[in-house]
Amino acid sequence: MADDSINKGRRRFLTASTAVIGGAGLIITAIPFVETWLPSARAQAAGSPITVDISKIEKGQMVRYGWRKQPIFVINRTPEQLQWLPKQDPRLRDPHSNEPQQPSYCKNGHRSIKPEWMVLIGICTHLGCVPDYKKKVGPEPFDPDWKGGFYCPCHHSRYDMAARVYDGVPAPLNMVVPPYHFVDDTHIQIGVDPKGAA
Amino acid sequence: MGAFTQWFNERAPGLGAVYKKHMTEYYAPKNFNVMYYFGSLAMLVLVNQIVTGIFLAMFYTPTAAGAFDSVQYIMRDVNWGWLVRYMHTTGASMFFIVIYLHMFRGLMYGSFKKPRELVWLIGMLIFLVLMAEAFMGYVLPWGNMSFWGAKVIITLFSAVPWFGHTLVTWIMGTFVPGDPTLNRFFALHVVALPLVLLLLVVLHLGALHEVGSNNPDGVEIKKHKNPKGIPLDGIAFHPYYTLKDLVGVGVFLIICAVIIFFAPSVGGFFLEHDNSIPANDLVTPATIKPVWYFSPFYAILRMIPSKGLGVLALAASIVALFLVPWLDRGGVKSIRYRGLGYKIALAIFAIVFFLLGCIGADLTPGWIVSIFGPNADITTIENLFGRILVILYFAFFVFLWVYTFFGFERTRPVPERVTTHA
Repeated sequence: MADDSINKGRRRFLTASTAVIGGAGLIITAIPFVETWLPSARAQAAGSPITVDISKIEKGQMVRYGWRKQPIFVINRTPEQLQWLPKQDPRLRDPHSNEPQQPSYCKNGHRSIKPEWMVLIGICTHLGCVPDYKKKVGPEPFDPDWKGGFYCPCHHSRYDMAARVYDGVPAPLNMVVPPYHFVDDTHIQIGVDPKGAA
Repeated sequence: MGAFTQWFNERAPGLGAVYKKHMTEYYAPKNFNVMYYFGSLAMLVLVNQIVTGIFLAMFYTPTAAGAFDSVQYIMRDVNWGWLVRYMHTTGASMFFIVIYLHMFRGLMYGSFKKPRELVWLIGMLIFLVLMAEAFMGYVLPWGNMSFWGAKVIITLFSAVPWFGHTLVTWIMGTFVPGDPTLNRFFALHVVALPLVLLLLVVLHLGALHEVGSNNPDGVEIKKHKNPKGIPLDGIAFHPYYTLKDLVGVGVFLIICAVIIFFAPSVGGFFLEHDNSIPANDLVTPATIKPVWYFSPFYAILRMIPSKGLGVLALAASIVALFLVPWLDRGGVKSIRYRGLGYKIALAIFAIVFFLLGCIGADLTPGWIVSIFGPNADITTIENLFGRILVILYFAFFVFLWVYTFFGFERTRPVPERVTTHA
């Protein structure tokens, strides 16, 4: 038992196992600290559905609402605005809304439940700015052939009247359509799917 | 005095030695020129930021509801609050001016080259931490540009594959920047990052003093020493360079005072006008642009028509700077004796960096209209111009490697000792 020689193997094992156990302990201790940064219960509770009255929105007008601190755009589109939609297809990045940027019941040519009523989260898919609603048709500094739509002042991304993104701009995706449904002809509830829809 | 010094040294051995090693017996080349002021000036600004920052923290409220008002309170009601805050905001911009010139000096005289690669790497880390520090400080007043700047820059992380969006929520602590974001940025800005910054500055100086300072001739003064082991071309940092640096400090403080007292916002460059409006999560400012010191990197992001690639290019533009000591294989350090190619490339690189800054600061639409008339297609022209600049920015690093690796550089003979002028 009384052996003065150094057992290097045992020494290495003890060093390594101490390091591994200590390291694991450090990592486990770090988890609570990292997770303090995730949204707190208060932050998570701050987003419930909203119901809005759309009876006073005129043809061509856009009204903003706030939902989960995000800007919701509701637009009463005119027949002219709807008529431009299919003609923009060749200039768009995702004309048929193949990317899942909308609920399945809004995956259509006008990206909405009723063609005239456009509901979207007004946040540019590039870096999260709020695009401007530019309904005037005609040459604009950012697009000589402008047919109305949304223009992001941050990095000049452009979207058509169905919030579909144009090709050749920084934004990669169409703007998001939130889940919503018609409570009746003049009220929309944002945050809840229609009955029976996924 | 003698008794006290002895009492002290018996209990804290080494402090005197540290002072000698880094001050009175640190021998720096005697041929430093005006480009060598910026290291000590950066330290001066760091001290200014810490002192003014401590006093601002005494009056600032880190909540979404109270932050904006507390900054107005500092500006209007706190005795001398305006002066303390303007010293802090001006200090932030001056920090970047000084650091950019300090880095340019390194590129001019090859101060990143062997044996000073670690000095350069630690310096780049300081630059990175400084950018994070400046960004978080910019968010604290909770003006509308603070809010939207925070949102845009944090959203950059959504380009990370698989868990990008989780990462964004994790950084914000909520779904749009709010109280949790402001609280953690405050903690990082006033406690965590300054500690890291101070540690890195100590390491930067430690690494520098181990290998010794470079100089405008790019020759190693340690090659020629007198019998006592002191470099023949070296002079003690204290008192010689402390006194020289005091002159620089005087000039620098005059410039700072002019800004602080006569034009603290510098026409919207040091303090942006849209940040005088409280944060509003439903309205984007008409033009979102970062503070001037981020604008070259921001322009690189903006000119790439793809979110993922844009963020990648932004990251690459900074990573490339880290790699300079290994991209540049040339044996000659100082621009005085390097090939014509390097001189031209470095000049173009500096101009490109400046012009990218102009694009990022949104100055170019005005230029385009004045050159091409009011009907010009601003976006197309700006994209063309900007993308050429982005290519040129990265071309510098490629050129640097090709030029030196394949031996295309024709250098001039390097003198054995520093060339002193009088």
